[in-house]
Amino acid sequence: MRYLPLTGADRQAMLAKIGVRHVDDLFKDVPSAVLNPEIDLPRHKSEMEVERYLGRLAGKNTNAGSVPFFVGAGAYKHHVPATVDHLIQRGEFLTAYTPYQPEIAQGTLQYIFEFQTQVAQLTGMDVANASMYDGSTAAAEAVLMARRVTRKKKAILAGSLHAHYKAVIETTTQYTEDVIVSLAPNPMDAEAQLQAAIDAIDDETSCVVFQNPGVFGHIMDLTPLAEAAHAKKALLIVVFTEVMSLGAVKSPGEMGADIVVGEGQSIGNGLNFGGPYLGLFATNDKLVRQMPGRLCGQTVDADGKRGFVLTLSTREQHIRREKATSNICTNSGLCALAFTIHMTLLGEKGLRGVAMANHKAAVDLENALASVPGVEVLNKAFFNEISVKLPVAAATVVDKLADEGILAGVPASRLYPGAGLDNILIMAATETVTEDDIKALVAALGEVL
Amino acid sequence: MSMNNQGRPSGIDGIASAEGQFESFSGHVGLRLAEPLIFELGTTETTGVDAPEVGDFDDCLGGLGRTSKIGCPGLPEPDTVRHYTRLSRRNYGIDMGVFPLGSCTMKHNPRLNEKMARLPGFGDIHPLQPQSTVQGALGLMDELSHWLMTLTGMPAVALSPKAGAHGELCGVMAIRAALEARGDAREIILCPESAHGTNPATAAFCGYKVKSIPAKENGRVDIDALKAALDNTVAAVMITNPNTCGLFENEVREIADEIHKAGAFFYCDGANFNAIVGKARPGDLGVDAMHINLHKTFSTPHGGGGPGSGPVVFSDALKNFVPVPYVVKEGKSFRIVEDKEGQSFGRLVAFHGQMGMYVRALSYMLSHGSDGLKQASEDAVLNANYVLASLKDIMTPSYDGPCMHEALFDDRFLKDTGVTTLDFAKAMIDEGYHPMTMYFPLVVHGAMLVEPTESESKANMDQFIRSMRGLAEAAKAGQVERFSGAPYHAPWKRLDETQAARNPVLRWSAAEE
Repeated sequence: MRYLPLTGADRQAMLAKIGVRHVDDLFKDVPSAVLNPEIDLPRHKSEMEVERYLGRLAGKNTNAGSVPFFVGAGAYKHHVPATVDHLIQRGEFLTAYTPYQPEIAQGTLQYIFEFQTQVAQLTGMDVANASMYDGSTAAAEAVLMARRVTRKKKAILAGSLHAHYKAVIETTTQYTEDVIVSLAPNPMDAEAQLQAAIDAIDDETSCVVFQNPGVFGHIMDLTPLAEAAHAKKALLIVVFTEVMSLGAVKSPGEMGADIVVGEGQSIGNGLNFGGPYLGLFATNDKLVRQMPGRLCGQTVDADGKRGFVLTLSTREQHIRREKATSNICTNSGLCALAFTIHMTLLGEKGLRGVAMANHKAAVDLENALASVPGVEVLNKAFFNEISVKLPVAAATVVDKLADEGILAGVPASRLYPGAGLDNILIMAATETVTEDDIKALVAALGEVL
Repeated sequence: MSMNNQGRPSGIDGIASAEGQFESFSGHVGLRLAEPLIFELGTTETTGVDAPEVGDFDDCLGGLGRTSKIGCPGLPEPDTVRHYTRLSRRNYGIDMGVFPLGSCTMKHNPRLNEKMARLPGFGDIHPLQPQSTVQGALGLMDELSHWLMTLTGMPAVALSPKAGAHGELCGVMAIRAALEARGDAREIILCPESAHGTNPATAAFCGYKVKSIPAKENGRVDIDALKAALDNTVAAVMITNPNTCGLFENEVREIADEIHKAGAFFYCDGANFNAIVGKARPGDLGVDAMHINLHKTFSTPHGGGGPGSGPVVFSDALKNFVPVPYVVKEGKSFRIVEDKEGQSFGRLVAFHGQMGMYVRALSYMLSHGSDGLKQASEDAVLNANYVLASLKDIMTPSYDGPCMHEALFDDRFLKDTGVTTLDFAKAMIDEGYHPMTMYFPLVVHGAMLVEPTESESKANMDQFIRSMRGLAEAAKAGQVERFSGAPYHAPWKRLDETQAARNPVLRWSAAEE
């Protein structure tokens, strides 16, 4: 077996040194009745055989890059420079552990420090952590943090929040003291959706969670929401699922957010059928000691040379055990590295350029769809994602277009079954969408409607 | 001036080759290349991409365009490659040498797995595409589930948890949902003293009080103490097996029986499943729920701290409570169930979990096959016992052998030497190794937990053992300086963690003008 270096002779010599005759003598604590069970699975395969087998499975899927592609709703197809994937595969990054031995992990620690700074800059906040599992779990952690900060229990989830994020928050808090108030989605009237969130805030409210751009693509000025929350000593948690939007839209920090969480997949990371992704988490200086997850901080070594270490770990489970701020252990290190490398390639100038290319593609899509009879675009202000109302069920249209080799978007009914949103289709257009893609979509849509 | 064996100077001004003493004009020292932060290198006007040119158009940002500066600097592509390449060289990884970090299982990461995860059919598909366009991906999830259920002898699996601790949360939530479904409110979870910190953190998060159960002198759970603590207020017992001392709980079946007699559930922390894959099935040991760290047992890379993946296998008693999403086979096609049905306790993540890790883990499993997986477990246990047997006369093993996949030592052999476990670990860095896990588990003094994994050859093991013996001898011979300032030869000396915590600097900021 190609991954196992020991030879038969090695094994015999080692058993002799240990002083036993057979390897099963080392498993003597395992009850003999259950030792060495029959395992009904295939025997080992060569590299070539595995590649052929998995290649066939992969071949049964339609990948985003091969068709006109407008699927978003929480995960986005972007171009990631080849440099990113090359660099993250350097063994010193790929095969390193969490940097608990900082003298031999300064590579990891320095990029985490750079990453934290980039995330803080993008979100317009003071500090960010070293990443979370994904945007949805980061959102759940933000709700828990708001309770710790405010000592109040009621979290309001706005209608703009992605259905999966709501479900994750509800599931994660079902056995804690938190009380979750989930407001209905309202793709037809974004202003009313925002007003509903403002109206829901009361003295018991710990936080209001608002996604911007919303799951239906609307972008809103959240300043009034921040003021309403702060008036009741509640926190505003701003969520985004499309981090690229921060290159074109006013930052959550500028709108008065106290905690900003979101999905970082769009920068540096591929679609990967939903994971691994990376959760971004940022807040203000005064709340940093209530922040979950790992943090990297600057210090010096014994020679006075600048270096970095994991810090403030007294918040974490391996020290605090049942009193920890979170049970979280792992983060998304390598995804954060991909993010930080891509951000370094982009810089502010490149980010703004790519972000505006996204917006332009979405504006072109909106203009093209406006010409299709029966299609009503629901967004006035948006970034790279819009929702349209169709005269028929969106799921049926999506399936028909898929048969034509066009992936047109996400039917709202997939995220909100039974919510009366069956005719709503959520569509994203990123910098990867071409004029021809939009033409093909519009033509095919005209035929099925 | 000191001379090396070529008769050439080995340092400047009589200083032997201690790099710290040498001052270059460039800031670099040979292959040790200085590298500032990107914020000290780049500008916001520099970029390493060719951003598409969009020209003028009427935007639809509703007056909410970002006018304030962002501040992120860019670097041209060549400088970006150089920056991160230079940083990488300050890291230690499995690719460089023995990484005996107990409990963390730093085994070889096959590059075939990386290649497979990057096939466009896996890496470039969206979680919300029509299901008819992702049948191969759903088939892969179904097949991974089949392997995990077969290897563990358990009838159900939830793939979606994003890491081991997240898997624990999944397992304990299913337990609480099952108890509530039968109208049985219970309030306590029992954990051994040696448990991973995530176990009590998870139990508390699910609203349970945590009670600790002591260990016996042989490092196993004290079954009498467990029996005494078990009653109808106990929801579950969380036990790691093989345990965090690297020992198999030989009374595990009796423990399971006692847990079930009390109407409680047996949660097994599967962090150490890698020792027994193919050798024993948790389902045969009475386990009700167990998470599996794909990044430990099935070789997905640790990546400097994630991403992980923590699928959970369940017994019949818990299988109805698994979270969404999950894949079901209907005839020849697959369907993913995304909305909570029946008794499912809910949803733990947006989308479907760590697909990229599923592909890597299945690639590893297919490569090994049932025969290779069993051999890997045996080799891991053999390597650990070889370390134990080779060091037991000079270091102090905490328990009599044999061990499973990791060997636990404590600091009795360092008594009166002035050398601590931390010092010893840092001296290993000067030997070119990543230190073993130190000060965990908490149940022995100055713990040193050594896990070589199956990836090491006998020659690598012999060299490692010689090095460990050398260090133990040096400590006993009173060479305290060798340890107290170590590492001397790492890119950085010991870092001041107190300063970092006292005055947190968590991001770069522009200097005040």
